[in-house]
Amino acid sequence: MLDDFLVRALLGGVMVALVAGPLGCFVVWRRMAYFGDTMAHSALLGVSLGLLLSVQPVVGVAVVVVMAALALFWLERFRWLASDTALGMLAHGSLAVGLVVASTVPGLRIDLMSYLFGDILAIGQQDLAWIAAGALITMLTLALIWRDLLAATVQADLAKAEGVPVARVRLVFALLVALLIAAAMKVVGILLVTALLIIPAAAARRVSGSPEVMALISAMLGAVSVAGGLALSLWIDSPSGPSIVLSALALFVLVIAGTGLIAGGTDRRR
Amino acid sequence: MGAAAVIGGQENGTGGRHLLAHARALEVRFGGRPVLSGVDMEIAAGEIVTIIGPNGSGKTTLVKALLGLIPAARGSAQLVPGTRIGYVPQRFSVDAVLPLRVDRLMTLTAPASASAIGAALERVGVSHLRRADVASLSGGETQRVLLARALLRQPDLLVLDEPVQGVDFAGEAALYALIGELRDEMGLGVLMVSHDLHVVMAATDQVLCLNGHICCAGVPSDVSRHPEFLRLFGRQAAATLAVYRHDHDHDHDLHGHVVADDADGDTASGHHHGHDHHSHRPQSGHE
Repeated sequence: MLDDFLVRALLGGVMVALVAGPLGCFVVWRRMAYFGDTMAHSALLGVSLGLLLSVQPVVGVAVVVVMAALALFWLERFRWLASDTALGMLAHGSLAVGLVVASTVPGLRIDLMSYLFGDILAIGQQDLAWIAAGALITMLTLALIWRDLLAATVQADLAKAEGVPVARVRLVFALLVALLIAAAMKVVGILLVTALLIIPAAAARRVSGSPEVMALISAMLGAVSVAGGLALSLWIDSPSGPSIVLSALALFVLVIAGTGLIAGGTDRRR
Repeated sequence: MGAAAVIGGQENGTGGRHLLAHARALEVRFGGRPVLSGVDMEIAAGEIVTIIGPNGSGKTTLVKALLGLIPAARGSAQLVPGTRIGYVPQRFSVDAVLPLRVDRLMTLTAPASASAIGAALERVGVSHLRRADVASLSGGETQRVLLARALLRQPDLLVLDEPVQGVDFAGEAALYALIGELRDEMGLGVLMVSHDLHVVMAATDQVLCLNGHICCAGVPSDVSRHPEFLRLFGRQAAATLAVYRHDHDHDHDLHGHVVADDADGDTASGHHHGHDHHSHRPQSGHE
């Protein structure tokens, strides 16, 4: 059954989406969309280095993305450097280095599109195993730090005063985003990973009354987006990654239309 | 009854105070610039201590240092180990991107039973807000909900940074009355920050008048007559507090540093009021 490339694609995609949903909620709540994007851009360097050193690209990606996350934490200490400037430098700098290194790896250039935009139909048995492991670890860890991370997101000082290890859960969260990016690379590609994190979460907000419900709905919307995108890709022979993002966007529009855009605009105080 | 004595002498026993938090010769710096220096203070169970002072005088900084949120450059500031705190921070707002109802906010850092949540909200008179979105609360409602959340933790020490902000005048008196009741009922220590003078004077046991350092401290009736207090709150205080003395011992320059009186630092002082409508001791170099 797992031999079927369609089944593998659906399984891998849905696993990633189920984790991306809850994780993406925090990306949205903490306003870290650009942070996720930056880490994703650095992933290409991981792919290139992985192939250059002939280790699994996934391993290379995980290592480089984690290092990018740590670099961002370190750069945060320099007050003279605006954080979005640091993010931009790291995002495009690492993408540039990644592309240059990639040009030295024979054969990679042909494959570049699949890393940048995903190639869900090419998910192999081994990829599936990597994705499953990454998704499981990420999900379990997130469940473990959920209360602390939410408290740190709502009010960091309050959380810290009441004993939440704020700096530690922040770091763990950044590492989880890094891990998810490595796992999601095959599904939607480096340049579109952030979309899978934030679009389902943004849609879920409209129909959620609590953080936990929003995380669940976001996971489900993500899974539906993957299935829909896969179907679209097969139907009109479009690239799979962009098709998944497109179907997530379509879901977002449907949810907004369903709940009423005008009614939503009025409950916004502050 | 006798068993409690085994636990330790500091709590019961000789009628001594059960200390909850203290600062010793505390200095805090931001970017190399001292914002607090030489601060000594303490608070014990059953006491209400209010920190007052002008904007930028380091009130919130002192609170944060005591809570371990800001490191001390010199000296120390700490909670006595084992002290459970309930904290109401100065700024609290939940972004509309995060769906958070009051009941979920109550269990933000620790789980609690539905009945305990209900009781805490009831105690501060906001049980009707239980299912409300936190982002939709008014300033006064937010303060009360946060107070309920702090109480739910069954704290030894309540730390309230500007608890009456966004609360109307009647609500303000009611909130201070409530805080006093809570202290009486539960024997809590209460550390408050305020820039409002008169209501708080009636509601507190001890006042710390802060302006980068502790200008004066004591019971409200003494502090309200203290020259340093009058220096800081001159006109406002003079308008409502009938009798006061005035004598110089030191002054502040624009940075809050103490300057010697004879150094003619008066001209730079941002909060030097009231010379025209009361007498003061003759001094060399003036007039």
